[in-house]
Amino acid sequence: MKRLSKDRLWAIAVLTPSILLIGIFVYYFIGRTIYVSLTDWGNDPAQALALNPIIRWVGLQNYSELFGGFLQGRFRQELVNTLFFTLFFILGCLGVGLGLALVLDRNPKGEGLWRTIFLFPMSLSFIVTGTIWRWMLQPQGGVNQAPTLLGGQPSTFAWLSSNDSALKFDWNALPLITASVVGVVLIVVAVRAAREVNRARMLVAAVCAALLIGWAVLIGPRVKMLPTPELHGFNFAIIGIIIAAVWQMSGYTMALYLAGLRGIPEELREAAKVDGSNDSQMYRHVIFPLLSPITLSAMIILGHISLKIFDLVYAMAGPDNVAASVPALNMYLTSFRQNQFALGAAIGTILLILVAFVIVPYLANQFRGEEGHA
Amino acid sequence: MTAVPQPTVAAPPRRVGGAGRVLTYFLLIVAALFFLIPIYLVFATALKTPESIELATAWYWPAQLNWASFSEAWDKVGGNMLNSLFLAVVATLLSALLGSLNGYALSKWRFRGANTLFALMLFGMFIPYQAVLIPLFQFIKALGLYGSIWGLILAHVVYGIPITTLIFRNFYADVPDALVEAATIDGAGFWEIYARVIFPISIPGFVVVIIWQFTQVWNEFLFAATLTNTGSQPVTYALSQLAGGQAVSWNLPMAGAILAALPTLLVYIVLGRYFVRGLLAGSVKG
Repeated sequence: MKRLSKDRLWAIAVLTPSILLIGIFVYYFIGRTIYVSLTDWGNDPAQALALNPIIRWVGLQNYSELFGGFLQGRFRQELVNTLFFTLFFILGCLGVGLGLALVLDRNPKGEGLWRTIFLFPMSLSFIVTGTIWRWMLQPQGGVNQAPTLLGGQPSTFAWLSSNDSALKFDWNALPLITASVVGVVLIVVAVRAAREVNRARMLVAAVCAALLIGWAVLIGPRVKMLPTPELHGFNFAIIGIIIAAVWQMSGYTMALYLAGLRGIPEELREAAKVDGSNDSQMYRHVIFPLLSPITLSAMIILGHISLKIFDLVYAMAGPDNVAASVPALNMYLTSFRQNQFALGAAIGTILLILVAFVIVPYLANQFRGEEGHA
Repeated sequence: MTAVPQPTVAAPPRRVGGAGRVLTYFLLIVAALFFLIPIYLVFATALKTPESIELATAWYWPAQLNWASFSEAWDKVGGNMLNSLFLAVVATLLSALLGSLNGYALSKWRFRGANTLFALMLFGMFIPYQAVLIPLFQFIKALGLYGSIWGLILAHVVYGIPITTLIFRNFYADVPDALVEAATIDGAGFWEIYARVIFPISIPGFVVVIIWQFTQVWNEFLFAATLTNTGSQPVTYALSQLAGGQAVSWNLPMAGAILAALPTLLVYIVLGRYFVRGLLAGSVKG
């Protein structure tokens, strides 16, 4: 069956152009970006656009500049913005999407029409969405005027230009916070492995957790990335962007959940009813557990979208609104406005690493099961 | 592996009565307001004259409809819309064709390592394009395609390969292998089977892929901002320029947003079922 027939060769021949293109445009270009990020290309403006620029190897200097350099505070705030953006965006989309799907699952009249209304923003570009919401979130604009329609006072919240923030922490504490969080997660993993009597996993997780927490307690407090404390936190200027993003993307989670709900056989619900469970018990013990794989997929897809998000921020906050910016936008500006290619490449590489953390396990998991009978 | 069933499964006849019913419709209406109010505000603003746009009266429907906003906005972004149309049509057709052939080869002529290869291909769909942007820009420039619509088409075709291949591979996975085997016994080869057996039943697959790719390419911004210049900028870029300018009064960007949104919105409203299939295909394998 596996003989190398002429037809099978044709199949490979047909795939070859695509493989070559992906090889060049994805893998070679990623390699190039990483290489550029380790040079000083563009750090000297005179060399940036020179025909034969002098490019020197500088190792990880661009990265240490981004994480600990005096001039790159903007990037550090952007990383924190992305983190909070991702968190609230995913929570918002999952909440709104699940709610809509549950309501639609009750088979209201005109279900198709409701679904069309909830999903249409998905067909718009982030630039269109951003343009619309930017207008609505003007300081004295639509959303802030809304209370007056009901006879109230207009709100004065500075949606996109607010300088307030919450949950501030010192950037120097970041290694400490990261180590502690990962350590706690590993402890949870170890406890669960112990319960499932998976000794190997329990030991590995427990040892890693002990090492991390030990580091965090003994060495972590003495690590200083910056000479002076630098506070970063959840900037309120991104709240409006999160709302616009949820407006656009929650229809997607609704579609996922609705497909999942429709796939649950009616017999299961009936059986739960016969067993004497009421509606909320049925949802808690039967429906929601069946939906959890969908939640995981949705989190991964939304997570990688939110790490990459660029156009929405560009259209809503503009390129120079530092409080509301994200690394993806910074990369574009650094590379193509300031021509600091090496620094831009470093930001691009950091983004890639963040996305790879989310996507690689997902892809590996999707294909592990199938490789056996390929 | 997450296997999300197709949403086309018919809804079971299960209706809730009484107070639950009132609550259901109440929630639906609140949600619909959340999704539709921005649209009301866009039209209300686009149809006002620049002089009558005041933030305090943003919510009021214009006393006099000013349709001229649309023709003015068209003057500013119309050429870019034509760029976008050409770009989206050519890029979509090319990547749909490539995807169909790839999907056929991957699902019907499986070979050792095909899945690993496919997974490596799919990774290209998830990467942040910022991680390839600088070499891509240099490459397009070296080819002499910088500022030409063809450079942008090349980028969209290549980065469209993973998703189009994915959708077609899953689509052909549902085609019984027996069909292919029967044709093989009749002496048909790789291309004959594609032309006589596979291609004729691929129409729904092509509809899903074409709708999805068209929407993606039309809406894309990062490549558009990086690889084009004044002559070849697509509409997303033109709209961002129109809205970003401080001097412009708001009726123009709103009318421009409506124009830029119209093609993909129409496709969605007319062919929503296929749109949703493409949407779900991006996250799960069938």
